[in-house]
Amino acid sequence: MRATAFGLVFLAIVAAAAVAAPYSVSYYQTEVLILFLINLILVCSYRILTTTGDWSLSHVVMMGVGAYTTAILSKYLELSILLTVPLSAVVAGLVGLVMVTPLIRTRGFGFFIASFALGEFVRLIWVKFRDPFGGPRGMIGIPNGEIGSIDFFMPVPYYFFVLIIAALCLSVMYRLDRSRIGKTFKAVYADEDLAESVGIDVPRYRALAFVTGTFFAGVAGSLLAHRLGAVDPKNFDINVMVYLIIWIVVGGSATFWGPILGLAVMTVVFEVTRPLLEWRPLLFGIILILFLVFMPGGLESLFTGLRERLVRRRGSEGEG
Amino acid sequence: MDLATLIQTIANSVVAGSVYAMIAVGLAMAFGVMKMANFAHGEFYMAGAYVVYVLYALAGWPFPAAVIMAIPVVAAMGVATERLIFWPTRENVLAGFMATAGLALILQVLVGQTWGVGLMRSVPTPYMGAMDVAGAKIGWQRVLVIPVGAAMLTALWYFLYRVKAGKALRACAQDAETARLQGINLNRMSMLAMAISGASAGLAGAMMAPIQPVTPYMGHAVILTAFIVVVMGGMESIAGAVLAAIILGFVHTFVTTLFDAVTAQMVGVACMALVLIWRPQGLLGRVKA
Repeated sequence: MRATAFGLVFLAIVAAAAVAAPYSVSYYQTEVLILFLINLILVCSYRILTTTGDWSLSHVVMMGVGAYTTAILSKYLELSILLTVPLSAVVAGLVGLVMVTPLIRTRGFGFFIASFALGEFVRLIWVKFRDPFGGPRGMIGIPNGEIGSIDFFMPVPYYFFVLIIAALCLSVMYRLDRSRIGKTFKAVYADEDLAESVGIDVPRYRALAFVTGTFFAGVAGSLLAHRLGAVDPKNFDINVMVYLIIWIVVGGSATFWGPILGLAVMTVVFEVTRPLLEWRPLLFGIILILFLVFMPGGLESLFTGLRERLVRRRGSEGEG
Repeated sequence: MDLATLIQTIANSVVAGSVYAMIAVGLAMAFGVMKMANFAHGEFYMAGAYVVYVLYALAGWPFPAAVIMAIPVVAAMGVATERLIFWPTRENVLAGFMATAGLALILQVLVGQTWGVGLMRSVPTPYMGAMDVAGAKIGWQRVLVIPVGAAMLTALWYFLYRVKAGKALRACAQDAETARLQGINLNRMSMLAMAISGASAGLAGAMMAPIQPVTPYMGHAVILTAFIVVVMGGMESIAGAVLAAIILGFVHTFVTTLFDAVTAQMVGVACMALVLIWRPQGLLGRVKA
């Protein structure tokens, strides 16, 4: 009971801060917050895949599928943003379904490489076909979207639109994580043979995690395309993927909150190091290596360690 | 396609296959021996090219001396990577792989900030002229890649099958625990594997420096191909990597000649996906018990 009450208070504070945020910062910072929320959906959707042990290297490309779908739907078919976002998610999920069929036959390192290669395949389709994907330069002139008289060209209204969608996606992903399905994902990772022996259809659950993750990556891509007004194959290449991995490694992936923590910390680091533009990849590379070598559990392991210690102390007090 | 173009394309395919093989055997070897998956392998290739750029194009060394120097330099990078990244993360294959993705970023920035990002580093061609085969002209610089690649693979084969240290490496690849019970020092074998892995990537990069534009990001272009080769060949199989490299060399070159480079990359990936569906263990890979 106490934990639930604490959670509700915490949630209320976050919600209040999120609503107040755009009124207390500059336009530029609001843009940063919008990107943060989009990345939040992305990093949480990636964690769904990692809970089964499938660290796909194509996840950023799947976000790109959402972005390109939105670009085509809103530019050529002039669909409303209320339709482009869900449709892009569905298309990304379908592409994920096609990709996962050969991918499911590989595991561990093989899965890594095969997902990298298949992601490149999708990306090369955008590079190759100038019509309708715009070729190597991508597409420009994607509408920012509007609902009724609210124009999303201005950052503050769009911030609230993204906030609502992010809250919706995150609550669904959180409930999934806590559900029987989410627990099965983790069982698949913890011990594949054991999971199989108790009757879990392992490939099916891995595929389900992959497709669910790509669906939400599609949402993130769609929101990104509307904001940037442009898509470019370079926005979804392996370098961006490495940044996504850095977020999740820094935060940790054992709990739902780890990737969120990692993203928040690294977004601050990213903004603070803006003057060191050319050196930033070096810094991020060093951070990635240091975390993997010295803190493989990520920042969240500090908190789980702290909580364990608290629980143990409380337990010994009770005995005494 | 007329005869001259056909011969030209076949020659280019063999050259491409040799380069892919030189790069991929190192990757397959490091993975086979100690499950070290090196994402920065492409950057090792890039480092080999920069050794030639610095020593030959800037410092004026003779070309063969610069190429030979690339071998110990990049081998040392391999050993350093093994000590600083793979050894501490040896319990987790993915951690080592992700950490070397960080290493790739670091090497790109270091090289880019030292020798510049924007301008292409041009390395003058040391061996001008071309071989004339039935109207097809094949530059000597490219022809040279074939014997160097063949010599490297022969030397590697001799080392692995005839030299005691090489046999020990193969024993580690088959079963690390049993190898250790025979008194083989895994610690040292792991370093040796990364030294050979780095040396072969460095040599490949050094040979390609006068042929390819030398940039900090040139490793990026080869890493995907190298991975496709290794997955197709069977992850840990060196012979499989060589076979897959030659197949992919032909596929890439022919598709590039008939269509374009982007299509060639796509067909390469499609080949890999087909191999995975038809034979998930790779062309010459074994199914693990």
